[in-house]
Parts: sequence; structure tokens; C-alpha cells
Amino acid sequence: MFRSTSSTPLRATVIGAGVAGLTTALALAERGVAVEVVDRNVGLGPGSCSWHAGGMLAPWCEMATSEPIVGRLGATSLAWWRERFPGVVAKGTLVVAPARDLAELDRFARRTQHYEWLDEADLASLEPDLAGRFRKGLFFPDEGHLDPRRALAALVERLTALGAAIRFDTELEPEAARGDLVFDCRGLSGRTDMPALRGVRGEMALIRAHSFSLTRPVRLLHPRLPVYLVPRGDGVFMLGATMLESESKGPVSVRSMLDLLGAAFAVHPALGEAEIIEFGADLRPALPDNLPSVERAGRIIRVNGLFRHGFLLAPAIAQIAAGAALDPHLDTELAHANSA
Amino acid sequence: MDFYGIELSSRLLLGTARYPSPKILEAAVRASRAEIVTVSLRREGGEQRAGQAFWSFISELGIRVLPNTAGCHSVKEAVTTAHMARELFGTTWIKLEVIGEADTLQPDVFGLVEAARILTEDGFDVFPYTTEDLVVAERLLEAGCRILMPWGAPIGSARGLNNIFGLRAMRAHFPDVPLVIDAGLGLPSHAAAAMELGYDAVLLNTAIAEAGDPVRMAEAFALAVDAGRLAHAASPMEPRDMAAPSTPVVGKAILA
Repeated sequence: MFRSTSSTPLRATVIGAGVAGLTTALALAERGVAVEVVDRNVGLGPGSCSWHAGGMLAPWCEMATSEPIVGRLGATSLAWWRERFPGVVAKGTLVVAPARDLAELDRFARRTQHYEWLDEADLASLEPDLAGRFRKGLFFPDEGHLDPRRALAALVERLTALGAAIRFDTELEPEAARGDLVFDCRGLSGRTDMPALRGVRGEMALIRAHSFSLTRPVRLLHPRLPVYLVPRGDGVFMLGATMLESESKGPVSVRSMLDLLGAAFAVHPALGEAEIIEFGADLRPALPDNLPSVERAGRIIRVNGLFRHGFLLAPAIAQIAAGAALDPHLDTELAHANSA
Repeated sequence: MDFYGIELSSRLLLGTARYPSPKILEAAVRASRAEIVTVSLRREGGEQRAGQAFWSFISELGIRVLPNTAGCHSVKEAVTTAHMARELFGTTWIKLEVIGEADTLQPDVFGLVEAARILTEDGFDVFPYTTEDLVVAERLLEAGCRILMPWGAPIGSARGLNNIFGLRAMRAHFPDVPLVIDAGLGLPSHAAAAMELGYDAVLLNTAIAEAGDPVRMAEAFALAVDAGRLAHAASPMEPRDMAAPSTPVVGKAILA
């Protein structure tokens, strides 16, 4: 239906410069579409929930609580990030549990794939600072992680290099946008056009440790609040994240921080000496099935519902969205997932 | 079965937390044939009433909502949460939890009795999450409760019925009070065992929500509750010390 030719390139507007919008814009730009991205915030920053993301590229770990499609699309996205963003650290994921919750580790293993069991010595050789802390663990060697804030900046840089325009501080409704195609990637702000969207609150912290380091994300399983620590370099760790059926964007609660910081302490008491450098709370845009959705109404394509899987799934969803918009006959796995 | 004047046919009550998604929650509720779901107000949304999107979803399931005070550690918190629940869901029903111990999440029975009294006087129909202690149970009835919900085991522990003796005594002691096993079940066989003891219903959440396939597990629990109830009604035989052959041995033809 739409053909991009060298004489008159197809023009598209992407609304929203979170990870969904920027990866969609890049997917379009790489297909030769003239893209403009608009975002109501003044720049990349805490106005987008991507800013508070963990940045774990962990398709196999996520299968513990998600449907199989998350694993498949996540694996595609992981490869995409590795090709385009040198900041991806591909050192796997480590999953551990306190001694009294070892049953959680067995359950996690039952529901996931692509892992190896580790004993105490294996754990110590992978993460020397965790030596002696845990008797066993699960290692997902094929997974990776990235720093979401650097990744967003890298996406903007890449888009700019491809000639795409990015306009911040611009509020735009999809109907009012120019271009042959409009991609609505506004996340929760798009709920007026997608009433099934809801916000799922997540709270996180950034801490800086001076005498403790990790090479890869560590997930601590717990029956009430599973948490993760993602190394960001220079001793900084992202500690996350709560998941509450609440649409409050208010500050982090004392209870949530107690839970998160308590879990960090359980990973290693040395983290008790770490400095808290940032607290954050935001809302994940989610649909009733907690799976992403790409839907089309005329020239408007809505890409939304990435839930807790923004960085994990955005590249794969962006390819589907761009592909489907440029070739409406393209049948996608996601279309099946949404209609199932 | 009658809870505060409401006639119910399903004997399975479901919690709504920890499901992989609202869509799976909805499918599990349907598969369970439950007529009552319980929903937490405090943790999901808290004081700013920010859980509206999720609460609306629960209301739209079209079945009776039993709001709960999960996460409350004091009488005051529980009473405040109950009032908020009545306003939000338009029901006088409240599942009353006053947690006394953080590791086992066991109820603070002293606070529970006090909160039950305050709420009953305020016109609530209280469903107290309690232990199998008979004296506490008596006090809850005195406070105005017309239903009791003793634990099977600590919340989310999947251990089943920890104190069969105590639960059997409770059933015998309160033959006419609706008794619901609340919390601690992990398997459909636990639910069947509770029903075989003569309990009126069971309430559970984690065992279904965190199963690999919540929808099938919901159906399994529904079948187990039916089976246990039917078995109770059928007057099961008592265990014996000696074998009792079902066909006579004496006079049997010896063919080989």
C-alpha cells in the first residue's frame, strides 16, 4: 500500500520519545522513511517511564512470569540491541535465593529456559563479591543488560545521524500530526485513545557502592518481593522494582524502599554501606493481558502496553509496527498473540 | 450456604493478587466458578485511591467483591481501609485482616476482635481472618461476626491444613456458623480435605495465581471443592486399624 521511493520518501510522525517511540522511529528511518519524533517533555529524562527502567535484556528469566511470546520477542530484541548499541553488556543474568527460599529457585528453573545450575564455587568465580553468600544459583549466560538512559541517548544520536528530526517540548495529538503515517507511542498518556490501558506502579532506587561490584544483573527471588540489582558501572546499581496495581505517580513509599533496600542488604551486607543517589517511581503502561499491542486505525498506528518489558521488547515490537505499516499484508506473530 | 443473608452456590472464594495479568485473572475466576473475589485496597493503590483502574476491572468481573484489609497491622488502619472499601465498592462486606507478625503474617487476634467490634457497630458485615483458636472465635462472634475464617496455614505458604485437630474442633464447636478456610492452601487436595472436614468454603489466592497455568489450577480447585463437599455430605467411613476385606474370605473357592 505504502511504497517508499527515492523521489518522494514516505513521511511519518512518531509521538513519544520513550523506548517504544525511539525504536519505532529508528525502524522506520532504517527503512528509508522520513521520520519526525515529537515528545511533550523538554528532553530525555524522568518524564518518560523508560527513564526508570532496569534495562535487563532477559528474555528467558522473564518467562518465569510471562507468556512465551515475551521470550521469543525478547530474544529478537536482544540481538537488535547488540547490533546497534555498544553499551550492551552480554554477560548473562544470575538468579539467587536466600537459604530459606530455595524452593523459589526450583520453581523459577521449572518455568524458564537457557540456564545452568551453579554451586557456591561457580557463583564465586562468576561474581567474586558474592562468594559465600549463596549455596546455589541459576545462570542465564545468553542474557544481557544495558543502561536505559545511555541507550535512549544513543537512539537519539543514531536517529539524528539518519536525518530524523526530534522535537521535544511539543505536545501533539495523533489526529493533528502531519505525515502519511502517525505512530502513537505515548505510553500511558495515550489512554484516551486506548481505554484498556492502565498504569502499573514501579519504584526503584539508584545506589552507589564503593567496595562491592557485580558484572551482571543479580535477581534475588523472594516469595513476596523479588528484586534485582543491575550494575550501571562506576559502582552504581539500579535496584528495582515494585509492581503495584496503583496509578499513583507520587513519591516512593517508605514500605517499598524498606523492601527494596532490605533486599539489597540480603544480596550482600556490604551494600548497606552504599549511598542512595536516586529514588524514582513511575507507571508502566499495561493492557489487560500485560502484553504489548500494535493496532492500526487508518494512518495512525498505536504501539503500546509494553508493561515491564520496554527495553526487552521495544525493538521487536518496533519492527512489527514499522513492517506492518509499510506492508499491511504482513502477518505478524503479535497479531496472533493479541487475537488469541 | 448463606453469608450475611446472601445465598451462594460456589464454595470457592478467590483472591485477585499476583496473577500474571488481569486477563488471566479473569479467565481463572471464570474457570473457578467463584461467586466472590476478594481484593486488597491498601497495597494496591493505598491511601490516595490510586488503584482505581484495577478496582474497576475487578468490579467489571460482575461477581460479588469482598474487599479486604490485607497489609493492615493496626486496628486503626484496618478500620480506615474498611471505610474506604465500603465507599469504593458499595458493599458492607469486609474481609478483616489485622496482621500481628510480619514473618508468618498471622493475625493479631486482639486487634482483630477490637476491629471486628468497631466495624460491626458501624454496620459492616465482617469476615475475620483468624486462627483456629476457639476462644478467639467465641470473642469474634460476640463482637458481631456471623462468619469465621480460620487459616489453614500461613498466607501464601502452600502448606495445607496445619492443624487438623484444631480445625476439626472448631467445626464441632461452631456447627451453625459458616466457616471458611482462609489462607495457606497449596493444592486442590488441601481444599478437598478442608471440605471433607465439613468447612463451608475455602478462600485462596497464591495457589492459583502463581501456578504455572492459573486457569487450569482454578478449575482443579473448583473440582476439588465440589469433591470434598460431596464426600462430606456422603458421610465418609471412619479409618480402621485392621484390614476389612470387601469380599468375604471364608468359604471362597480356591482355584489355584
